[in-house]
Amino acid sequence: MELTLAIAIGVLAGSGVWLVLRPRTYQLVIGLSLLSYAVNLFIFSMGRLRVGAAPVLGADGAANPADYADPVPQALVLTAIVIGFATTALLLVVLLVSRGLTGSDHVDGRESR
Amino acid sequence: MEWERHLLIAPVLLPLVTGAVLLLFDELRHTLKALVSLFSTIVLLIVAVALLRMAAGADGGSLSISYAVASWPAPFAIVLVLDRLSALLVLTSSILALAALVFALAKWDRGGPHFHSLFQFLLMGLGGAFLTGDLFNLFVFFEVTLAASYGLLLHGGGAFRVRSGLHYIAINLAASALFLIGVSLIYGVTGTLNMADLAVRIPQVPADDRMLLQAGAGILGVAFLVKAGMWPLGFWLPPAYMAAAAPVGAIFVILTKVGIYVLLRLTLLLFSGFSGQLAGFGSTALLYGGLATLAFATSGVLASQAMGRLAGYSVLISSGTLLAAAGVGDATVVSGALFYLVSSTFACAAFFMLIELVERAREPGADLLAVTAEAFGEEREETEEPEDEEVGVVLPGALAVLGVSFACIALLLAGLPPLSGFIAKFAILKGLLSVEGLAELGGVPASTWLLMALVILSGLATLVAMTRTGIRTFWAPLEEVVPRVLVMEMAPILALLAICLAMVVGGGAVVSYTDAAARSLHDPASYVGGVLDTSLPVGDGR
Repeated sequence: MELTLAIAIGVLAGSGVWLVLRPRTYQLVIGLSLLSYAVNLFIFSMGRLRVGAAPVLGADGAANPADYADPVPQALVLTAIVIGFATTALLLVVLLVSRGLTGSDHVDGRESR
Repeated sequence: MEWERHLLIAPVLLPLVTGAVLLLFDELRHTLKALVSLFSTIVLLIVAVALLRMAAGADGGSLSISYAVASWPAPFAIVLVLDRLSALLVLTSSILALAALVFALAKWDRGGPHFHSLFQFLLMGLGGAFLTGDLFNLFVFFEVTLAASYGLLLHGGGAFRVRSGLHYIAINLAASALFLIGVSLIYGVTGTLNMADLAVRIPQVPADDRMLLQAGAGILGVAFLVKAGMWPLGFWLPPAYMAAAAPVGAIFVILTKVGIYVLLRLTLLLFSGFSGQLAGFGSTALLYGGLATLAFATSGVLASQAMGRLAGYSVLISSGTLLAAAGVGDATVVSGALFYLVSSTFACAAFFMLIELVERAREPGADLLAVTAEAFGEEREETEEPEDEEVGVVLPGALAVLGVSFACIALLLAGLPPLSGFIAKFAILKGLLSVEGLAELGGVPASTWLLMALVILSGLATLVAMTRTGIRTFWAPLEEVVPRVLVMEMAPILALLAICLAMVVGGGAVVSYTDAAARSLHDPASYVGGVLDTSLPVGDGR
């Protein structure tokens, strides 16, 4: 499972970085989105990978913390998703305005020669 | 005494509530909006002064005061931490905010919707970022600041702003991704995000995990270096700051200082002399990165034709000096650097506001409002123009006042007496020559000589560039229109310059404060002691 997750994060981050370096604004947005997916998965994996473990302690109190999944990265990833979502939406708006003002979807507002 | 602790949350809550309330009013009621916003910013300034007094009065045992936001004990939930450094930065940012806001009230706040809300949210993010004692919370406040700054940068509209805004947002989103990777790596290794708890746990990190921790801290550092504008990560800064509306450019000056603040805080807290194998991690990178930034910004200042670009590179010079000083890391150097931080922040901010007034003569203000109205699809100019005529008192002898202010800013940025820029640079240079343990190193190291040379050279370059620009602008034949400047627009600039002058007159008090701040920064135990209850079993690793 670790290998699968690691490869998934790697592929997402790699494609994200490549797209961010492209000159079109659409590629930029998709690249940043892929990058943020990779980062979210990465944060999640920092709580160690567990299958079928509850994130919070049950009513019977703390038995053995090792039986439970770490809840903190889950809370972190939720916050990161929300913030990433909002800022990406804002970037989309700016991108559309830029397209309208310059008539080009190049990140510099004009084609490079 | 106990209620005073609740003041710690005020720099976050007050702008948040104000910004939210302001959203409820229609854009047409801008007098009301302006008054509410102004009132809240003045209250924020009073709170910041109270916080500074609290921090300065904290007794010797623990130099920091913590506030558990949800009343949970420290390592388990979010805390706010006040110490001398964070109090100083909160005060600096609230003074700057008041100046920028008053300047904006003359005209700029009507250049687009929701200026005041965005401005207040920016202040909330700044207050939170300076006061938080938790890495992830820092990320959240950082993002709040950035989100508000995206909106403010675009304020006023126009193709140039949108293009620079696009670059600015893209760079900062990528930097945020790095921030998250760094934070989660640090969490993965140490199992905590509380800064004080991290300082306790980092010396106990097993040797196998140390490399992961270093990678995490390094990646986290890069995110802040992008913000601080270190070469080669700072190419976005001059165009973005140049594109911003004048009051926005002024408040943005403090944004680079957020990056510096966090770097200073984290390197000195987490990788201090007490953290075993990891002591001094990153300081070499900061020193040489700062030197490269200084060299780059010095040539940038000399090459700048437009005044806005000149101001942008002045911000970079300030960043480079501060980064290099943080890299040296000695208490006396850091004390000088803190003085320099305050002085250069005010000088750069005043410069950004002054530029707009000076350039008003060249391109009459009307075209700006037309562009604005077009971009937002709103019919504003007919209400705008006549009002401008009536509301403000026009400053007599505008050109003379502008010229004298320009000369003062040049002295401040170049670091010449009699203004505070001189004392700041003098304090840094003096600190560099009296670094602790100099005898063991066998004299002053070459990097220190290089830093001193660059600090002095950057001052010279600033002086040359400012003189050139000043001669071209103020000593040119008066064929141009003399700019129409309102008292309301000139007052914030003069106030900022007066504060810089006051920092010279009351220099002893300010330096003794920054000395104490630098000393407490070099004593992580004092920070940790104020946050963690020592009776709790902390630091047992994972």
